[in-house]
Amino acid sequence: MPDGASPVLDVKGLKTVFRTRGGEVHAVNSVSFDLKPGELLGVVGESGSGKSVTMMSLIGLLPSPPADVRAGEVLFGGTDLLRCPQDHLRAVRGGEIGFIFQDPMTSLNPVFTVGFQIMEPLRKHMGMDKAAARKRAQELLELVGIPDARRRLDDFPHQFSGGMRQRVMIAIALACDPKVLIADEPTTALDVTIQAQILELVRELRRKLGMAIVWITHDLGVIAGIADRVIVMYGGQIVEQAPVKDLFHRPRHPYTRALLKTIPSVRGEREAKLNVIEGQPPILIAAPTACSFRARCPHAFDRCARENPARRPVGPGHDVACFWDPAPEASDA
Amino acid sequence: MLDAPARRKLVEVRGLRKYFPITAGLLRRKIGDVKAVDNVSFDIFEGETLGLVGESGCGKSTCGRVILRLYDPTAGSIRIEGREIADAPQSDLRELRPTMQMVFQDPQASLNPRMTVAAIIGEPLDEHTTLSKAEKLARIYELMDAVGLNRNYANRYPHEFSGGQRQRIGIARALALNPKFVVCDEPIAALDVSIQAQVVNLLEELQDRLGLTYLFISHDLSMVRHIADRVAVMYLGQIAELAPRDDLYLKPLHPYTQALLSAVPEPDPELEAHRRRIILTGDVPSPANPPKGCNFCTRCPKVMDICRQVEPAFREVEPGRFAACHLYSETNETAGPTAAAEARKSIQQGV
Repeated sequence: MPDGASPVLDVKGLKTVFRTRGGEVHAVNSVSFDLKPGELLGVVGESGSGKSVTMMSLIGLLPSPPADVRAGEVLFGGTDLLRCPQDHLRAVRGGEIGFIFQDPMTSLNPVFTVGFQIMEPLRKHMGMDKAAARKRAQELLELVGIPDARRRLDDFPHQFSGGMRQRVMIAIALACDPKVLIADEPTTALDVTIQAQILELVRELRRKLGMAIVWITHDLGVIAGIADRVIVMYGGQIVEQAPVKDLFHRPRHPYTRALLKTIPSVRGEREAKLNVIEGQPPILIAAPTACSFRARCPHAFDRCARENPARRPVGPGHDVACFWDPAPEASDA
Repeated sequence: MLDAPARRKLVEVRGLRKYFPITAGLLRRKIGDVKAVDNVSFDIFEGETLGLVGESGCGKSTCGRVILRLYDPTAGSIRIEGREIADAPQSDLRELRPTMQMVFQDPQASLNPRMTVAAIIGEPLDEHTTLSKAEKLARIYELMDAVGLNRNYANRYPHEFSGGQRQRIGIARALALNPKFVVCDEPIAALDVSIQAQVVNLLEELQDRLGLTYLFISHDLSMVRHIADRVAVMYLGQIAELAPRDDLYLKPLHPYTQALLSAVPEPDPELEAHRRRIILTGDVPSPANPPKGCNFCTRCPKVMDICRQVEPAFREVEPGRFAACHLYSETNETAGPTAAAEARKSIQQGV
């Protein structure tokens, strides 16, 4: 690690395969990254790029079969989560690692009150009695900005709006003071004005609580506003990793560069024609033996078809899985 | 509307309402209405794209469907090429269908999984034309070329295609009968960013080539800025503001438009770090029970006493710009210019 802080979460060579009737789908291929204390790591990629599967693999949330976490190491607090006993994993999940899912509609249980669902991890993981758990649950609802928290504890999920439900999800994830919070597209199902509220809440919670966050999204605008560091995934692999400013101002991977150009803005110059990335994302039916972006890449050359590029450093905290070097003047474009 | 006599109005919507009844009890007695579209008026000029934006549940999709009479309106008038269709019987509508078509949000759900691509694209031709088999096939190939689908895939089924390609099939089907007016209901919402741009470019290219008029319904403000000529912003069943695209994005008048634009994150970390945001409090009220007065008064950062009493009229506040807000109403002439100046100031501060 360049800055010396020892990571709270260290993932090395993670490989996840889904067994299907059509053969094995290599959803995650040799993914390595780490998460430092208190930082917000953004994970961007399109659907099928492996960003959710990576995070689900870490904490054993994928049903097996069909999923098979084939290789790798996930170091969290000195233990390898891929090889530890189920009991330990269960204690970590929802305890030291909190999880927020994309859809607040389906990830809350409709037949239990919101209060019960926040109290559940408190009682399971922290061993609190009912009264203490209820008190803490009320504090948590207040923390995430739900008005009239005490009364709302006895309401059911359907009595909350989408944004409020996502706040409840955040309260549950924060219940046991996690060291790491994994948020999988937490604002994607929400409207922009509600998304703005949730992003503001997360900024505030980070200041107050200081946990490390992994934030999965396909929205580069959201990333620009909250992340410290970003990893970009494509075809089940990390193709670029960089501090957030470098990623937006000095993107190195042709995919990142193209992705940044395709998004129109509501401010600034309006493009006459949108830039596109031609072609389709790769089908991950075989382990990659070449660069998975080469078919859509404007800079591909013969080496890209022969070898799968490994990540190589190109700046402080910045690495890229690509053989191509941009011309010097283009690098600060 | 605009004083540009050269532009012909293709679609005129006046006072359009669509209420869905809420029923209760054994006898399904009506106890109220969900006011999905509540007194909406606008024009769409020939060859332009009108963007219709708003958050989920604001009634934008219902509005698009009512205009094509996929739903029957509760009240109001819809004229397409001068012909009233709001109360036209189904037999007349059938004759009009070829001129007005729709592209749906979810290409997965709007294509029949048991029909081949050729059958899907050819179905409108079967229904509305008397082409021979060979002519029909030629037309299907022509359409597939136009939307960038490989002709060799004509006999494949929708599940064999990716999301972006499926949306191309939906577009080809909508174009089969040479329509003049196409309602695109969130055509890119289900697609990945890199594929969205491909589909938007295709829609623009087809518009140029075929002289199409679009109603482009979306919640994605940045894409609407790209594709639309004029933009209407809906909130809780009503249009809050309607303006030419650049005016709306550079100088939004209605406080809701200002908040909506401010909420869109900017893909630039430096800008994001210093941008001042307007964070709306609370949630959208229920369309079954909209607030008294202005329907935005419960969340509006600039709310005044009058807003809780009197519903603001939707009127032209500047040439070509419409807004429903007391800040710009005639009775409040002094507030108008200051509010506009304030709006301009907040824009300069990068809100």
